[in-house]
Amino acid sequence: MALPNLILIATFAYRPLFANLQYSTLNWTLGSETATAVGFGNYVEFFTSDDAPRVLGTTAVFTVFTVGISMVLGILIALALNQKLRGTTFARAAVFAPYVLSGVGVGLVWMFIFDPGYGVLSWILRGVGMRSPEWFNDPQLALTMVIIVYIWKNLGFCAVVYLAGLQSLPSDVMEAAAIDGAGPVRRFWSVALPLLSPTTFFLLMTTMLSSLQAFDLIRIMTPLGQGTSTLIYEAYLQAFGAYNRAGYSAAISVILFVILLLLTVGQIRFVERKVTYS
Amino acid sequence: MTATEPTTAPVTGAIEPPGDHPFSKGNLIKTLVGGYLPLLLATLVVFLPLAWMVLSSFKTPGEIVTANIKVLPESFYTQNYVDVTTTVPMARFFLNSTIVTVAGTLIKVTLAIFTAYALVFVRFPFKNAIFIAILVTLMVPPQVSILPNYILVAGMGGKNTLWGIVLPGLGTAFGTFLLRQHFMTLPRSILEAAEIDGAGHWRRLWQVVAPISLPSIATVTLVTIVNEWNDYIWPLIITDRPEAMTLPVGLTLLQNSEGNTGAGWGILMAGTVLVILPVLVIFAMLQRYIVAGLTQGSVTG
Repeated sequence: MALPNLILIATFAYRPLFANLQYSTLNWTLGSETATAVGFGNYVEFFTSDDAPRVLGTTAVFTVFTVGISMVLGILIALALNQKLRGTTFARAAVFAPYVLSGVGVGLVWMFIFDPGYGVLSWILRGVGMRSPEWFNDPQLALTMVIIVYIWKNLGFCAVVYLAGLQSLPSDVMEAAAIDGAGPVRRFWSVALPLLSPTTFFLLMTTMLSSLQAFDLIRIMTPLGQGTSTLIYEAYLQAFGAYNRAGYSAAISVILFVILLLLTVGQIRFVERKVTYS
Repeated sequence: MTATEPTTAPVTGAIEPPGDHPFSKGNLIKTLVGGYLPLLLATLVVFLPLAWMVLSSFKTPGEIVTANIKVLPESFYTQNYVDVTTTVPMARFFLNSTIVTVAGTLIKVTLAIFTAYALVFVRFPFKNAIFIAILVTLMVPPQVSILPNYILVAGMGGKNTLWGIVLPGLGTAFGTFLLRQHFMTLPRSILEAAEIDGAGHWRRLWQVVAPISLPSIATVTLVTIVNEWNDYIWPLIITDRPEAMTLPVGLTLLQNSEGNTGAGWGILMAGTVLVILPVLVIFAMLQRYIVAGLTQGSVTG
């Protein structure tokens, strides 16, 4: 019964990991019949050229900012949603909605907003006497723009997971803190936040993994990867962009996979340690 | 003093200690500023860009290429939606996306039910090792696998075909995991009763396990529908002819022909509405299941 699924998973999830390892040792133009073995040449090229600081730096900036800002805004929105007010159910759904929308569609909507010529943002900036920055041509601004839109799209996930965490806090502990005279800010920092640390950890891992996999927005908003070439996007560009460098692309995929693996293993060890010592 | 008529509260209400009710006089301003303002802001930040998309899709090129932007379109200009279908084969994209989503979801959910049932109710060797092997793939992003899968599927003749789009995503770790966790909670006694009645695994699955697990199956189905509909990187790579493209890939094609000319934004927004609206409607109706499914599982589909 489980066999068809297992065969599919083995073929399309496990086999590619080993295939990537093999391809990454080749100097191979995609579509070509012949390839030359270059050993670790692709890895050496990546780490000794400008590619390593550029791609790893972009990946780090994108991941740190998307994860950090999403988590801080996420818990603030969760606090706002965790009130006994009418309309919170609707607000919760509204905040979560962008998370389920097509990344391509969301990217296009925001490209039109950011458009320096006809976008509504440039119109607002003109209204206060400013010129719209060149969001698409300046690499740093392009990265900033993609980070903003990525956060807009994925923030709801953090907010809803934090909300579930807040709602599962033991009410007697919170009441005891209130009776002891702790104000709402103190209750949040000293009681709620420490109790939420498993939620924070879960979110840190999941949002980090999905930020490292972000593709749709980058592809649609900055097709050339101007300032936005993260590991995953560089791997795509090298194989399916203008270069057709299958071996080099596979090497970058392997590097990305190793990073994801280290993060996952780190997560498991961290959880085990917490279980053992607390 | 009640929430529905705060203005008729007695004057003494002002000097009474503020009640627990959020709309009591002492709390009213606090509730509005501290409670509703953040909620309103968060909702508007989500709502306004989407509203802008819909409004712009009904604007003439002249209303878009202007320094003097107006919020509402002057007339209900539907030509953008006509132009979308003449610039690119939008109807074909829509059909392809529907076929890929329906076929992919049916197969994936069925495979997930089978696998989860086997993992919970059937005895076979190495069960735990197999379960862990499935779990691990939750951490393997499909993006890492695209090049080897492209070479394999293209070699099988799957380029520019619908089966080529569907095939690599059919193995499902997410659905299997979610359903397994649910099946574990089912009372064994029900199945034992069915077993004594002589029901085989097939009948036990469809007549006992599946019917009482409908909410979980619905959750997995909805999440899968949304993921299949939005899937981008794989269809983008495996198709380069419009006849085989799905909606997100077709939008990229539309962007290439209409993008950054200014006047093309109306047409592009019309195309975007066609991609986003179906998911938004499904989400509005069934958000409870979708939010639950997406937040309790993992990040991958």
